[in-house]
Amino acid sequence: MLDNLSLLVDAPVLNAQLLLDGLFIGATFALAAYGMALVWGVMNIKNLAQGDFVILGGYIAVSLSSVGLNPVLALPIAVVIMFAFGWITYKLIISRIIDRDLFTSLLATFGLAIVMAQAMNLIFGADVQTAESGMDTLLLGDFVTVNEIKIVSLVIAAVLATIVIVFMKRSRMGQAIRATAQDVRAARVMGIDTDRVYAFTFALNSAICGAAGVLISMIWVIQPYFGITHTIRSLVIVTAAGLGNLPGVIMAGFGLGFAEQYAGFVFGAEFQQATVVGLLVLILIVRQIQQARHRQVVQ
Amino acid sequence: MHKLFRRTAIAQALVFSAFVGVGGLAALPANAKVEGDTIVLGSAISITGKYSSNGVNAQNGYDFAIKRINEMGGVKVGGKSYKLKVIYYDDESTPARGAQLAERLIKQDNIKFMLGPYSSGLTKAIAPVTEKYKIPMVEAEGASRSLFTQGYKYLFAVLSTSEQYLASSIALAAEMAEKQGKKPSTVKIAMAFENDPFSLDVRAGVVDDAKKYGMKVVIDDKLPRDLSDMSATLTKVKALKPDVLVVSGHEKGATTAARQIKEMNIDVPLIAMTHCESGKVVQQFGASTNGFLCPTQWSETLSYKDKYFGSAADYDKAFKAAYPSYKTVPYQTAQASAAVLVWKDAFERANSFDTEKLRQALSATEMETFYGNIKFSPAGNNVAKPMVLRQIQNGEYKVVAPTKWASSELQYPRKASQ
Amino acid sequence: MRPAMAVFNKLLYAGILVAGVIAPMLFPDYTLQLALLWIMILFSLTWDLQGGQMGYNSLGNIFFFGAGMYICAVVQIGLYYDVADYTAAFGAVKVDFTDQQYFTGLALGVIAAAVASIGLAVIFGRIMFGLRGPYFAIGTLGVALAAAELVGTWEYVGGGGGISLPVYPGDPDVRSQFFYLLCFILTVATFVCLRWLYTTRFGLALNAIRDDEIKAEAMGIHTTRYKTVAWTVSAFFLGMSGALFGNMIGFIEPLEVAFPTTTFGIFMVLMVLLGGKGTIWGPVIGAVLFHVIKEVTWTYMLGWQWITLGVLIIINVIYFQQGIMGWAQEKWPERFGLVVDRRTTISSKEESA
Repeated sequence: MLDNLSLLVDAPVLNAQLLLDGLFIGATFALAAYGMALVWGVMNIKNLAQGDFVILGGYIAVSLSSVGLNPVLALPIAVVIMFAFGWITYKLIISRIIDRDLFTSLLATFGLAIVMAQAMNLIFGADVQTAESGMDTLLLGDFVTVNEIKIVSLVIAAVLATIVIVFMKRSRMGQAIRATAQDVRAARVMGIDTDRVYAFTFALNSAICGAAGVLISMIWVIQPYFGITHTIRSLVIVTAAGLGNLPGVIMAGFGLGFAEQYAGFVFGAEFQQATVVGLLVLILIVRQIQQARHRQVVQ
Repeated sequence: MHKLFRRTAIAQALVFSAFVGVGGLAALPANAKVEGDTIVLGSAISITGKYSSNGVNAQNGYDFAIKRINEMGGVKVGGKSYKLKVIYYDDESTPARGAQLAERLIKQDNIKFMLGPYSSGLTKAIAPVTEKYKIPMVEAEGASRSLFTQGYKYLFAVLSTSEQYLASSIALAAEMAEKQGKKPSTVKIAMAFENDPFSLDVRAGVVDDAKKYGMKVVIDDKLPRDLSDMSATLTKVKALKPDVLVVSGHEKGATTAARQIKEMNIDVPLIAMTHCESGKVVQQFGASTNGFLCPTQWSETLSYKDKYFGSAADYDKAFKAAYPSYKTVPYQTAQASAAVLVWKDAFERANSFDTEKLRQALSATEMETFYGNIKFSPAGNNVAKPMVLRQIQNGEYKVVAPTKWASSELQYPRKASQ
Repeated sequence: MRPAMAVFNKLLYAGILVAGVIAPMLFPDYTLQLALLWIMILFSLTWDLQGGQMGYNSLGNIFFFGAGMYICAVVQIGLYYDVADYTAAFGAVKVDFTDQQYFTGLALGVIAAAVASIGLAVIFGRIMFGLRGPYFAIGTLGVALAAAELVGTWEYVGGGGGISLPVYPGDPDVRSQFFYLLCFILTVATFVCLRWLYTTRFGLALNAIRDDEIKAEAMGIHTTRYKTVAWTVSAFFLGMSGALFGNMIGFIEPLEVAFPTTTFGIFMVLMVLLGGKGTIWGPVIGAVLFHVIKEVTWTYMLGWQWITLGVLIIINVIYFQQGIMGWAQEKWPERFGLVVDRRTTISSKEESA
């Protein structure tokens, strides 16, 4: 472990590689986490199937690329399919738990996660798969390598985030979503069809996850059972950043990307996953201490 | 108070009816070990879960061999000809479930003859069960050495144990170092192994061999089971410039490693990894996989043969005809078929369905199959068949070691065309 | 208490005890499944102590199960061998436990598992009980997941390679009966202990915490202490059940046997929801039904069993969350004692929901 640390000090260029890798993957984490924060904030639903939506998006890209479509071009198709999937899921399941307690939403979406993971296993098989974009690797300096697809996916993530922000600020639907998030009853009184708003929000989340999944299938690998780790990542980011805090979500996303890369480098890959879960627990504890301190101040 | 009385009565009635439900389960008809003219084998296999692709490969291997044996007149015991059949349960790739299902096959379905599950972990969970009921099990997919140090008497494995998977690549690295006028002890090794019983045993084999040559292990990472990224490990590889990189982590490890080795321009003279074939690395990553060393239990180019399937190449052809979705036949399928051949041979030599006699017949097995020679050590592993090391050369798997089977020269250092 | 009822009650419990003892004799081939059934009942009973009686929905109780399993294994092996050698990937030591070594190891292992689980519950209780509502659920889930990952990196206990536990010396059928009886006794002890607890002030305090924690605190109930004690009770029994389960299965490893967060860990919640939260019989009924459903789908829906189970979970959570006992109470309120009290607790639960 100390060897690895001194390696980082001796060869600073290694940090560049780790930071870049963390940045690119962190962007996709942030995307999925933003969707989770949206649904959590607007509908008060914690979606434990978030990661499975991501993986499903990835499988759509893999399937489309297996019939010869470049996965980058498959992205809009995946977004549309996932939007429809999210709408249906809302109508079938989420609409029935919307005004129930948070624990109910945790359990119901957990059941959904099981069904989705198993269905993907039956349909796509348990092999890990990747969507090949066919792009080359760039060499920065004489050491740092960056695959072009990672840059492309970072740009796509940025564009998608911008579109969502503009949409939320400018469009009628976006305004309705924000109004509903602030006060459901008032929104209803003002003539907003909140059920439609909820359906749209959930479908939008599903579409965002789908896009994140397409990006992940192009830069990492996907497997039907990888959903849970992506869900945990989103949970870490959202708990760290809080709801309705997009800059925070983006920063936390990058932070998690860096943390994973550095943990893998310094402690060894076996601690990469443990770091994510460990961070979740740690953040919860820190938040709790902060709150306790806050309460004392108030007293 | 009377109300309380009734409340408990309702609860009691509910519990009672639930117990009746359990009883109803118990009343299901049980299958006998031999029904009429059919010998029933049992297996818990991974139909769902993370091992399900190779679980299904193994299942297809069992079914293919059983169909072939039944077509060729079945199994002759006591002058009567029997057909073979297998009862499968899905172990979901989890050891706890596997152990329960083995118990169930033996106790409820009265299975007396077992075929193995997929993966070392599942075999480690099931072997204690078959052992304690003294039910012989011929397994084809559990390679971990620790299976054969427990003193199991009813476990027979047709495959080579896992420490042999990548050890020969270390020997090759030593040989190449000497050729270049360097001492083998100057060779630096980077290792990345999945954290599961199989890969950890492969690792133990590599560590033993590295020690023998006095080589230095510079990276020793373990890949978590749900890891989809090993770029941090590979960044270390770039920094430390080892001479050998060994990776083992089932299909997941092979695919992830191959993809990121390509993306990160990893330039190590010798790269060895398990499960290249079933991980489909050549199909997915093309020329960048050139020069990978891939250990295999079996190759269709080997010259073994038997009277059921003919040569290894014939098996390859017949299997692809029967299961057209397979472009190449994974060795997991071939060894599963071989396990069925071992059972048939043992039934006929024992000429009985008595498990003790069968155990003796199994331990005296000495046969040639399309898969290789099979002869069990007292511990139950197959000692008659070597591992083969193949190198990917221009998209084809060429045998480079051991020398007896080698069809091509080792390409060293590997030349990956990106 | 009227004498007729006392007699009936005694008959009832005697009947269940007798049924429990003779069940493995009637269905000897199903001993392992029946033993597992008792463990499932134990799971749901101990989960209901927090989730149902105290209103703290933990998703990480499986942590104590796995911790108990590993502690027991380390004690069993460590008494006679070097654990690191025993768990080395290639099995460096040849193991042979004598009868006496086996039973001493098992007994001490189970005791150690129980004691250590209490310690762990106290430590984690301090950290976790500051979290409220869903954050408590996520935090406990995080602890269980982190434990699985960390044990997997710990080479001393075999890491991801797992441990093959000492083999029971003696006849396999006797072995099954032996472990069956241990599981049976443990579960009955859990039931009796919890049933007694719920009749005490302690039980009332837990219900007060569930109904309104802040008010309970204002009334002078030391909530943190009660919550921690409730968790140690769960941990005590779960730790021992883990120790027994590990020995029954014979091979343990972190992700799927010891800390199966996404299977057993979630099953214990679902069984309680199926049977009815906050009752003593609900968890029992839920566990029995769930186990039967699971075994049937596993037999008849090969490959599809998980999807069936997932759909059942969703339907259960959406449409039938009050569970069987809750449903029975609503359907025939007059047949249940303390009608008024029960109704208010149910509706207040829905309100806080």
